[in-house]
Amino acid sequence: MLDNLIHIAVLLLVPPLLPGVIAKTKAWFAGRDGPPLFQPYYDIAKCLRRGWVVSETTTWIFLAGPVVTLAATLLAGLMVPLGRAHAPIAFTGDLVLFAYLFGLARFFTTSAALDTGSAFEGMGAAREVTFACLSEPALFFAFLVLAKISGAFSLTPMLHAPTVAFSAGIAAPLILILIGLFIVLLAETCRIPVDDPNTHLELTMIHEAMVLDHSGPLFGIILYAAAMKMLVLGTLVLQVLVPFLPGRDVLRGPLFLVLLVALAVLIGGVESVMARLKMRHVPYLLVGALLFCGFGFILLIR
Amino acid sequence: MFLILILLAIAMAAVSGLPGFVLRRSTHGCERIAAAGMAGAACVGMAGAAGGMLGLGSETLAFRWPAVGGGSVGLDALSAFFLVPIFLIGGLGPIYGLGYWPHRRHPANGRRLRLFWGMLVAGMALLVIARHAMIFLLGWELMALSAFFLVSTEDHHPASRQAGWIYLIATHVSTLMLFALFAVWRLATGTFAMEPAATQALGPGMTNLCMGLALVGFGVKAGVMPLHFWLPGAHANAPSHVSAIMSGVVIKTGVYGMIRWCALLPDAISAWGALVLLLGALSGVLGVVFAIGQHDLKRLLAYHSVENIGIILMGLGVALLGRAVYRPEWVTLGFGACLLHVWNHSLFKPLLFFCAGAVTQAAHTHQMDRLGGLAKRMPWTAAFFLVGAVAICGLPPLNGFVSEWLLYLGLLRGAAGAAGGALAALIGVPALAMIGALALACFVKVTGTVFLGAPRTRSAGAAREVALCGRVSMAVLAVGCAGIGVWPSGVAPALDAATGCWLQGTGLDAMPLARAVPLGVIPLLALLLAACVALIVWRLRCWKAVAAPRRSLTWDCGYARPDARMQYTAGSFARTLVLLFRGVLRPADLRPRVETLFPDPTHAHSHVDEAVLDRVLVPAGRKIEEAFAWFHRFHRGLTQHYVFYVLAVLLVFLCTLFPFRHMVSVWLKQCVER
Repeated sequence: MLDNLIHIAVLLLVPPLLPGVIAKTKAWFAGRDGPPLFQPYYDIAKCLRRGWVVSETTTWIFLAGPVVTLAATLLAGLMVPLGRAHAPIAFTGDLVLFAYLFGLARFFTTSAALDTGSAFEGMGAAREVTFACLSEPALFFAFLVLAKISGAFSLTPMLHAPTVAFSAGIAAPLILILIGLFIVLLAETCRIPVDDPNTHLELTMIHEAMVLDHSGPLFGIILYAAAMKMLVLGTLVLQVLVPFLPGRDVLRGPLFLVLLVALAVLIGGVESVMARLKMRHVPYLLVGALLFCGFGFILLIR
Repeated sequence: MFLILILLAIAMAAVSGLPGFVLRRSTHGCERIAAAGMAGAACVGMAGAAGGMLGLGSETLAFRWPAVGGGSVGLDALSAFFLVPIFLIGGLGPIYGLGYWPHRRHPANGRRLRLFWGMLVAGMALLVIARHAMIFLLGWELMALSAFFLVSTEDHHPASRQAGWIYLIATHVSTLMLFALFAVWRLATGTFAMEPAATQALGPGMTNLCMGLALVGFGVKAGVMPLHFWLPGAHANAPSHVSAIMSGVVIKTGVYGMIRWCALLPDAISAWGALVLLLGALSGVLGVVFAIGQHDLKRLLAYHSVENIGIILMGLGVALLGRAVYRPEWVTLGFGACLLHVWNHSLFKPLLFFCAGAVTQAAHTHQMDRLGGLAKRMPWTAAFFLVGAVAICGLPPLNGFVSEWLLYLGLLRGAAGAAGGALAALIGVPALAMIGALALACFVKVTGTVFLGAPRTRSAGAAREVALCGRVSMAVLAVGCAGIGVWPSGVAPALDAATGCWLQGTGLDAMPLARAVPLGVIPLLALLLAACVALIVWRLRCWKAVAAPRRSLTWDCGYARPDARMQYTAGSFARTLVLLFRGVLRPADLRPRVETLFPDPTHAHSHVDEAVLDRVLVPAGRKIEEAFAWFHRFHRGLTQHYVFYVLAVLLVFLCTLFPFRHMVSVWLKQCVER
């Protein structure tokens, strides 16, 4: 019970910290001071208090976009185990629901974007759904590897298995899916090299272009949901990474949070040293992720 | 008892259109009579099917039919399972048609449509309960020919006529394969009765031959990928409720045929499972990829039928693999996914076609790029379409998710088990994930361009909500989608009964679905999701009270006068995906060349042809026509010539009566003697 409460508290409170850490890391690389670490919290709180403007062309779908996204992300977040604790929701086959909840969120986010009738938002929506067609199979390949290793079909035992049953035989597949999952994480949370959240040209954006018309509380919800998605997918990556770290058996509770922050620093580092890829090169990167995860599975069943 | 109900329903359906047909053309009551007759038939049929599914024993009714050595019909859980969608859509269609295809607007072809609608439903129900090859073929042809007349309802349009002819050719290729199949079956077992073959009776060669013929014959009907060529045209050019029953139910008879034949051939080796799985994955991915390239709403939905048949076949493939290697849990999950997706698809696809019909009726076009903003003008249709779209993408909490979930679990169990299962998972899991993501892309495109944004043409702007009977029939289907999605345990007994029926004679015990998957958690999770949404909406209302939203123009990066034609179109939305798959899609682009500083007005367009029909069959047909050009000399259309040919052929046959051989042998003898 306590574990579950901690899980929910972490899931609700920690997410905005991660974009803050990323921004701080990027500032450090650039030799700037950067915004305060807790800036995303202030941003979200401010958004929630502000007035909002809604386009005349929109319907209730425009409202449903952020709402369904946050609800689905929250539910998905209840299925991944943070550290060595069990997830609050675990049942056979929850991995499919986990992936498809993000699909549900994507459906409503992109529909809300098209609801405004703006070409820029249409562009963002088109890119979002296109790139998901490649990242989703990669994610499922990674799940296949984890299911094969653990012999279970629920995220909690699947994600604990790499640490619990670590052996030299599964190291290579784990490394391969780690690379794949990291790319999926970057793509799904709209980071460089797939998307640049800070650019000022709407033509080149994916996620930010989709939400151009959302303002006030709706935009606050979107920021919050995006941060939560980063936490959830980051946890997925970390669970595969942990077996390779020294002292993997003691990584529970607070230490796991430290790792999450470290992952955010890593993402910030990637963002600082790389440029965004050309839009038409993004599929190559994602196909790469798909192949990494696929080879991981083939190595395991050979 | 229940079989009698089904037979009664078949009879009612078959004659439902007759009163309207013989009444005077100007009578308006005929459509009500037909709709009432079909609704009655549907109620009786559903009652019978429910009885058959609840495992009240399988019934068989044999009767004398001297010409073919006695016929028989029967009702078991598998037949009953397929009867449900037949009678559901068969009953809902005419009700929808009251508003969509009213007699006063279509006095010429409305009567014919209602007559053949009843015959189509009767034919399908008959073939599903047939236990004898001849009865099966009778139902099959009744279905095929009525469907032909339904597809070519608007035969004053050339496109409609052409689609009808292509369908007729395809369906007869399928029938021809079935003739061959039944002939082989008769040869091997000595009977036309459709009973599971004893192990010794058929050798592996015969089993493989039967499986191959069944796969091709039923595959044409089901619209499996290389054999789907008739499907997009037929679905796009028929009236929408006809498309609904064609896509939701008629193609499922092909699936039923495959399933029934797999049950009749319990010794099929695991390679057939692998082949079916592979075909399913191919159909699924390519079907949705072709759907993305379409600009016509109904054509797009038609390609999605190919995709969904792919998912259904993947389930069947897993089940066949499991049956061949004795893994009851693969069979339960795979076959459960296969059957449940049959039901699901026959709920959400007719729903989507009904919505498409409503859109066509209101805005007078089904070209997506001429629509837009219909959600404001037709809120009910838009909401129902959204339900169908979310369901067909396999997203929670609707029914599509449940069947895909079962299929994923079946494949994952394969991965964790033997090596063959791992290979199945290697193909199946990423294919299914990609199908899901691509279907999502496709339906966001459709929802966005048709229902959201601003109307792109004046007729789209003037659209009005459809009549009540249309909305009611959509609502029934939408409730079905939500019901199965939220409470899948409700359909588990039907699935278990059908699986048990399918496994008879294999020595493999069916495992209950509830033991293989935790169906009970789905309602709780749906509730949790709904609670989260409600909580957020409630918070939003609180904030809304603090600062009321202001209505304004779409921001559009500061552009002051946004125009409806500046919106992203269906073509541009799909562009990146189409280019990603240009290897198979081969999009035909017409791009304007802008040369001077003040270029003339020009236009651009891009479209995706049907790969098999336009790029293989039609050119091949032309080549054959050229090669046989000389034959036209004998083929001039003069009746006298043909009478002469008949005479000539008769003479040739008469010549065989002469004792030539005797004459030759006598002559040879004489030669030798001399």
